[in-house]
Amino acid sequence: MNGSFSRTWSKLTESMLFLPTAALLLILIADFFLIPGFFNIEIKQGHLYGSLIDILLHGSPTMILAMGMTLVIATGGVDLSVGAIIAISSSVAAIMINPTIVGMNLTDPRLFINNPQYTWAPLWLVFVVPLVIATLCGLWNGMLVSYWRIQPMVATLVLMIAGRGIAQLITNAIQIIIFNDTFAFIGNGYYLFPFSLYVAAVVFVGAWLLTRRTSIGLFVESVGINYRSSFYSGINERRVKLFAYAFCGFCAGIAGLIIASNIRTSDANQIGMYTELDAILAVVIGGTLLGAGGRFSLMGSAIGALVLQATLTSMLSFGVPASAITAVKALVVVVVILLYAEQTQTFLRGVGKVSLRQEATR
Amino acid sequence: MPDSDRDIVVMTGIDKSFPGVHALQNVDFSLARGEIHALVGENGAGKSTLIKVLTGADRADKGTIAIDGRTVSPRSPLHAQELGISTVYQEVNLCPNLTVAENLLIGRQPTRLGFSINWNALNARAREYLKQLGVEIDVTQPLGSYSVAIQQMAAIARALVISNAKALILDEPTSSLTALETKQLFSVMRKLKADGIAIVFITHFLDQVYEVSDRVTVLRNGSLVGTYQTAALSRLELIRLMLGRTITDLDDMTAHKMESSHNIAVESLLEADDLGLSNSLEGFDLSLHAGEVVGLAGLLGSGRTEMANLLFGVDKPDGGTMIMDHKPVKDFSPAASIARGVALCPEDRKVEGIVADLSIRENIILALQAGQGWFRRIATKEQYEIADKYIKLLNISTPSADQKIKNLSGGNQQKVILARWLAANPRLLILDEPTRGIDVGTKADIQKLVLSLAEQGKSCVFISSELDEVLRTSHRIVVMRDRAKVTEFSGQVDEKGIMQAIAGSVS
Ligand SMILES: Nc1ncnc2c1ncn2[C@@H]1O[C@H](COP(=O)(O)OP(=O)(O)OP(=O)(O)O)[C@@H](O)[C@H]1O
Ligand SMILES: [Mg+2]
Repeated sequence: MNGSFSRTWSKLTESMLFLPTAALLLILIADFFLIPGFFNIEIKQGHLYGSLIDILLHGSPTMILAMGMTLVIATGGVDLSVGAIIAISSSVAAIMINPTIVGMNLTDPRLFINNPQYTWAPLWLVFVVPLVIATLCGLWNGMLVSYWRIQPMVATLVLMIAGRGIAQLITNAIQIIIFNDTFAFIGNGYYLFPFSLYVAAVVFVGAWLLTRRTSIGLFVESVGINYRSSFYSGINERRVKLFAYAFCGFCAGIAGLIIASNIRTSDANQIGMYTELDAILAVVIGGTLLGAGGRFSLMGSAIGALVLQATLTSMLSFGVPASAITAVKALVVVVVILLYAEQTQTFLRGVGKVSLRQEATR
Repeated sequence: MPDSDRDIVVMTGIDKSFPGVHALQNVDFSLARGEIHALVGENGAGKSTLIKVLTGADRADKGTIAIDGRTVSPRSPLHAQELGISTVYQEVNLCPNLTVAENLLIGRQPTRLGFSINWNALNARAREYLKQLGVEIDVTQPLGSYSVAIQQMAAIARALVISNAKALILDEPTSSLTALETKQLFSVMRKLKADGIAIVFITHFLDQVYEVSDRVTVLRNGSLVGTYQTAALSRLELIRLMLGRTITDLDDMTAHKMESSHNIAVESLLEADDLGLSNSLEGFDLSLHAGEVVGLAGLLGSGRTEMANLLFGVDKPDGGTMIMDHKPVKDFSPAASIARGVALCPEDRKVEGIVADLSIRENIILALQAGQGWFRRIATKEQYEIADKYIKLLNISTPSADQKIKNLSGGNQQKVILARWLAANPRLLILDEPTRGIDVGTKADIQKLVLSLAEQGKSCVFISSELDEVLRTSHRIVVMRDRAKVTEFSGQVDEKGIMQAIAGSVS
């Protein structure tokens, strides 16, 4: 092996993006050989169709969730309540479109029967109000963690459990079908690419600008690595955490709207179930350390979300029954844990080091 | 030629590189039975790295290690222990929430019938070991509840407990010990030496090198300068070997200081009136002026750090008042203090100072950035300019400003933290043990720097356990004892009077 190779190698393996990118490539290469037609992309009526596009479409909500989750995990915390926040935000949107279904006498039910496109509240409010409520949910988590000093796991567990109950109260535990086509567009529509991908891209760029073009990203990392030093340095560690959880709630709100739009239904009981685990997994695959916090990579988390979705889509295309998918996810968790273990990391770096050493003795 | 009858450890041709740093270049080192061998050199010279290579915490790229004449390659500190080498590293790494006894004897607990732990025996043994070091404390308390000094002693006791140690390695063990504790440590070291154990002793205190060591090895920039009989080497010569230059005379600092005392503002910048916190520090009066360095002298635990923490708002006082710029201070927090132009370089570098995974650049701009808030981000280019300025000013040895601070040597980490507070450009700068772990050359530079800051119209509070240093830099000295301010000295310093005030003896 020559020196420039080993130096490039060690640079590569030290980058946070190395493992997630390698994993994504590996999955796609396997798909290329195992699943005929996986890489086919067609254009029908100005839309792109194909398995790859499916990955982007269905991966978008996880990508969005992962942005908020990245910041929370970087502060040294975790948010278990994003699934419940999804349920709340989608339920709020659904009853704002049609409150009569749950028996609220706010307007004449016949309006909806005559015109399926009718919405009770103006459409922009149908988007804004759920997001505000989702952000408030995040703020609540942040309050518990930063001001009340409750363990993040426990603090967010409260909303994880209570949130679905609240969503059921809002919707009277009724599944609400959404007829409005504009609302359905954000989760189903296309401008060549799926519309939800554009939403994810905006959230990604927004999160990046918000953290890296301001000093928020630095403070988040600093608080996650050593909150005492951060406190001595004059960083308001509580406000930083409050921000991270609020942002995470906001992201969950967006994901809730997209998912509800995609399936044209709000089902408080089922919607967004286990998405917190997907989001956490995406962040961990992306190289941000769960538990320890510190350095984070939004790009890594976005790729992590794609790795998860690619695994899922490949399995389905390959004919793995949907019931076995959970087992596959468990396998992913095990692989991730092994891959990110200290020994493996040292080993990967060592591959480059050995060749450096040989070079030195030469 | 190495003499295997006499030498316990022989290291030859040791080479070690980190990305961008050639930390050790072809270094030879030998350690003889029954000697105390000092290892000295500037910050970043490679002392800790040499130790880590010997104890298997790091692997050398080249070179051989022989113990008792047999070539070995220590794989881990545990392996090195089995080979008879036990170590106390520069950064204490014990578990603060376990008890002192558990920390000492973990892994070698006395058991009852080989099963359950015999707690009484465990505690008694721990007490016994600490007593040998002259420390008598309640060993059933969590280690974290004791001072850094006690923790250091516990770490040393733990290294000694490990049986059949042929060599004991102490990396800057005295940097947070009081004079008395240092004496106790030395007497233990001499006792071990008499038992034939070889000791490596790393320190930046040259007095201690002369007091206790037989031979001294000097490293400079990762290379071996040489090994000498301590007694045959003059102090000036030793400094020259370490730095590669002679150090400018510190005496002219005194004259300089006298001169600069004319610049001290009459009006006070900060005024504390009976400021105190129950169970921490008795109410004290203090006035600080622009252009003045106020030294805080006193033993460890005398209340110096507590006073600094109150002035900086780490702790909120529950009695008295503080006035700054003629306005009573209401908001006590580091963030509010920074906004007022107050800075504190804290005592405990590892816990309150460094943010290990961030780069040197990010660590240096952290407080300045915190003062500017979330949205007025310092441009990356400017961040580099600031970082490079302080890397040069404080002589921080690193390949680049992007190096993670945790990869720096201990003393260089300390310099980065100091740089953070200088970069924040405060009007009142409180320095709590700023020169801990810093080499002789830079120590003098920092003392001069403090005086020049005062000359520029800043107010400084200088805390140090080394009375020399306080005397050299301060216009006025406040003496602390038993968590209270006892007296103040200004004008011509009366060294003896200060020492008596510190100790609390009346004569
Ligand atoms: N893990 C690491 N990665 C990169 N560089 C390192 C690492 N450990 C040490 N170094 C570098 O190696 C050099 C020697 O460091 P070392 O800790 O041995 O110095 P030292 O003599 O103990 O200094 P001090 O008196 O400050 O403790 C320094 O320049 C340091 O930055
Ligand atoms: Mg060192």
